[in-house]
Amino acid sequence: MSKLSRRTFVSGAGAALAAPFVLPHLASAAGNPKVVVIGGGFGGTSLARYLRRHNPDVAVTLVERDSTFSTCPFSNGVIGGLWQMEQITFGYDAVAAAGVEVIHDTASAIDATAKTVTLAGGDVLPYDYLVVSPGIKFVWDSIEGYGPEAAEIMPHAWQAGPQTMLLRQQIEAMDDGGLVIIGVPKTPFRCPPGPFERASLIANYLHQHKPKSKVMILDSNESFAKQPLFEEAWAQLYPGMVEWVPGSQSGVVMGVDTATMTVSTSFDDFNPAVANIIPAQRAGQIAIDAGLDEGKGFCPIDPVTFQSTVHKDIYVLGDATIAGAMPKSGFSANNQAKVCGAAILAAIAGKQVAPSKLINVCYSFATPDYAFEIADVFEVKDGSLALSFEDNRTTPLEASQDVHKREAEYAHSWYENITAEMFG
Amino acid sequence: MQVLLRLTVLLAALGAVPAMAAGPDGEALSQACTSCHGIDGTSPGAMPALAGRPKDELISLMLAFREEGSEATIMNRIVRGYTDDELAALAAYFSNVDVK
Repeated sequence: MSKLSRRTFVSGAGAALAAPFVLPHLASAAGNPKVVVIGGGFGGTSLARYLRRHNPDVAVTLVERDSTFSTCPFSNGVIGGLWQMEQITFGYDAVAAAGVEVIHDTASAIDATAKTVTLAGGDVLPYDYLVVSPGIKFVWDSIEGYGPEAAEIMPHAWQAGPQTMLLRQQIEAMDDGGLVIIGVPKTPFRCPPGPFERASLIANYLHQHKPKSKVMILDSNESFAKQPLFEEAWAQLYPGMVEWVPGSQSGVVMGVDTATMTVSTSFDDFNPAVANIIPAQRAGQIAIDAGLDEGKGFCPIDPVTFQSTVHKDIYVLGDATIAGAMPKSGFSANNQAKVCGAAILAAIAGKQVAPSKLINVCYSFATPDYAFEIADVFEVKDGSLALSFEDNRTTPLEASQDVHKREAEYAHSWYENITAEMFG
Repeated sequence: MQVLLRLTVLLAALGAVPAMAAGPDGEALSQACTSCHGIDGTSPGAMPALAGRPKDELISLMLAFREEGSEATIMNRIVRGYTDDELAALAAYFSNVDVK
């Protein structure tokens, strides 16, 4: 498919049939099918690049609010002082150079009948296929007293960028002996192991620079991703420094008071030096406004194509979806984008795609040289994306230091390769 | 039978049926691998490159991951998600990538 240019095919068919527009789906004004992508994160950028790599005749427009993108993967390393913000921040020059029209604006409305996207700046973009990859929005009122203003004092740092730097600065500025609280919302949320990697890398920093300090995780849930591996790392690398409090034991953050730096659960009030409060999440606003979530908060999709179950010419990717057993991660969104891209190119050609297999790998760091991962393969079973195997999904416990070091090296290589696929 | 065959050929020519008869689609499956192994398997870093390596070498490597005592960190687990036919299709795809 990648080598066969559609232009060649169409002109060949046109020459034979003397009717260049006999194929379906080619009726847009310019002749070439037009794909509009909302959101320039892992899902949207990967999708845009995939389409341009595999069929340069497809017109792709990417709508992204910001001029740069900072990745949530590896942002805990910035908070822990392992590397700098610049190393996880990318511009869209290479995306534009690949032939994607990049528009820095906010999509404010989708008209699924007229097949147009209206931008906050006033432009109206017609589409043949629309891909919605808006990431998450926060449910601010899930925590009393929390909101965008409170987040300037108690950062969520769950969308990478200025919030990441704010949390880093607070950790650096706090006195030795202080308490850092990380509040974790009920599942589902973006990056299930993320809060625990964050606790690890904050503890790694504090262990070296402020050894009397503590990290307390207030978790709304009763268990967490890679829990045995995290607990093994905490006990080995910075014993006694990280405390995890499950929901049933005062782990649910109910409210905050930024004036007194108080974090309240149903049982206790805490007064941390630094409060990292991660609120509950839903699909990005545009997906909700367009009704793509069917009132569920996240968007149901066809597991083979990532087509919305609500509108047939709209596809949804990444954190905004309900994707069966796939977690909300950049890796998942990147994999979904390529499956979705193949489905869109097939639809343009009047074909269907066969179900494929997807992978998600989440690496977590506990120190710069100590990492571990969970690796899953997904396939469509009974109409949903299910795990291909359910046992031995993670790095084993009691792995050698050499294994943890190699996992850290692979994590870096993964990050370089996946960001090159999007922004390189 | 002849009519059915001709109809199938016609439908395939019109692109109305998915190309599923030929076995696993190595290129489609490869898209999941490249998130780690780089575009078309051309990773320049610690993650091994797959592009342009002999098909037989790639198949034996992947089958070896299934062996007890494999020293892999991650592939010994991931390989369990794929059938022999899928691994062969992946090996064929990556071996054919033109490495310049």
